[in-house]
Amino acid sequence: MNDLVSHAPPAFVKEGGNPYPELFRRDYASQSPAYAPIYKTSVLRSPRNALLSIDHSVSETTGPMFGQNELGMLDNDLILNYAKDGEAIGPRIIVHGYILDENGRGLPNTLVEFWQANAGGRYRHKNDTYLAPIDPNFGGCGRTLTDENGYYYFRTIRPGAYPWRNYVNSWRPAHIHFSLFGNAFAQRLITQMYFEGDPLIKVCPIIKTIPDEEAIQRLIAPLDLNASVPDDTMAYRFDMVLRGRRSTLFENRLEGN
Amino acid sequence: MSVKYLKETASQTAGPYVHIGLAPHQAGFDIFQNNFDNNMVSATTRGAQIIIEGRVFDGSGSLVRDALIEAWQANADGRYNHPGDRQETGSVDPNFRGWGRACTDFETGLYRFYTVKPGPVAGRAGKVQAPHISLWIVARGINMGLNTRIYFADEEKANEADPILRGIELKKRRDTLIAKPSHKDGKTIYTFDIVLQGDNETVFFDV
Ligand SMILES: [Fe+2]
Repeated sequence: MNDLVSHAPPAFVKEGGNPYPELFRRDYASQSPAYAPIYKTSVLRSPRNALLSIDHSVSETTGPMFGQNELGMLDNDLILNYAKDGEAIGPRIIVHGYILDENGRGLPNTLVEFWQANAGGRYRHKNDTYLAPIDPNFGGCGRTLTDENGYYYFRTIRPGAYPWRNYVNSWRPAHIHFSLFGNAFAQRLITQMYFEGDPLIKVCPIIKTIPDEEAIQRLIAPLDLNASVPDDTMAYRFDMVLRGRRSTLFENRLEGN
Repeated sequence: MSVKYLKETASQTAGPYVHIGLAPHQAGFDIFQNNFDNNMVSATTRGAQIIIEGRVFDGSGSLVRDALIEAWQANADGRYNHPGDRQETGSVDPNFRGWGRACTDFETGLYRFYTVKPGPVAGRAGKVQAPHISLWIVARGINMGLNTRIYFADEEKANEADPILRGIELKKRRDTLIAKPSHKDGKTIYTFDIVLQGDNETVFFDV
């Protein structure tokens, strides 16, 4: 096996003289079905009709863009971005990686948002009533833009597991929620990152809705000692992949079509 | 050996606490200097300012009070604020990104966007798409964000020619994508309810 990934040539479909940079069709074989009874809340919140497949137009192949000037200096540092009279409590970690497309290309300047429970498994949210205490110095959210190569990183504390009412005695494995934009509205994705070695991963109903074991493995971030800061912070590596395009916007421009 | 591409990361539910990350004010705290919200316009945005308003229902007819909805749309000229839009008519409005984020209210279940009415947008093969707003809906219990579109009841002619609306055979289904206008305090409000499941289930797309 080689590590090179393929990429598709520009589309042959022309619209107004331009190659049409449509996205690859979604591969539902590695995505959870909407109706997944082991995750009970999905039962009443899943459409019963088949999704209507539509061809991509400019409405799907474009999407919102964000600038560095919209973010604050500490937006990617959850240890400090809500610190009142001390730092957030918990194991200090860095989470880092690349946002790629299915062609293996990094997606530059794209907004990455993340949120999580504190080290005790409690969320700073008016609807969370778990008995573990709020950490006065931890907000639990952040955001960053990828660099020109699609690379992102942020600093936080490792979140705790928490109970939830699916079955009696259901516990979510420690996780961080991610929201990704890419550069087209049809690439919009929300997912969760888990931590290597967590025994709760195997019994989590939300993870089990994913029908593909390899897709599950890709949600589990390995410890990355090379990126850790000695005597300070451990690192976890988490790459994410958004849908690919037949060709990038920038290539189309260079072709001068 | 097969051609090798990377695979799209598996989606996971946004969960009940999605507001922490994406709308911290609704979660009950203030952390970012700049917050993304449901106001998509400024005083200088070109076009007719409108309000989109509605509720989200589950398969038992209950309100979904913890949903997060994002809107993406063209400006009044039908142009998207993105380099991938290479339509030749109209122009980009620097005062309109065309994107917003709203939450259903924890009590009333209402969501609301303050925006402008989009213009018609080029479709494929020379066809024209009626004015529309793309929506993406996430919540606890939704494993992968749901995509749909808002069309406007007062664009009857354009709607009749729209390639996507034409592709929905049942009128009852087609009508789930059409927002009806009303007027209040000099403002135009389009009502767009979203039904996740059941009799009047909204048409959702595989985009
Ligand atoms: Fe969570």
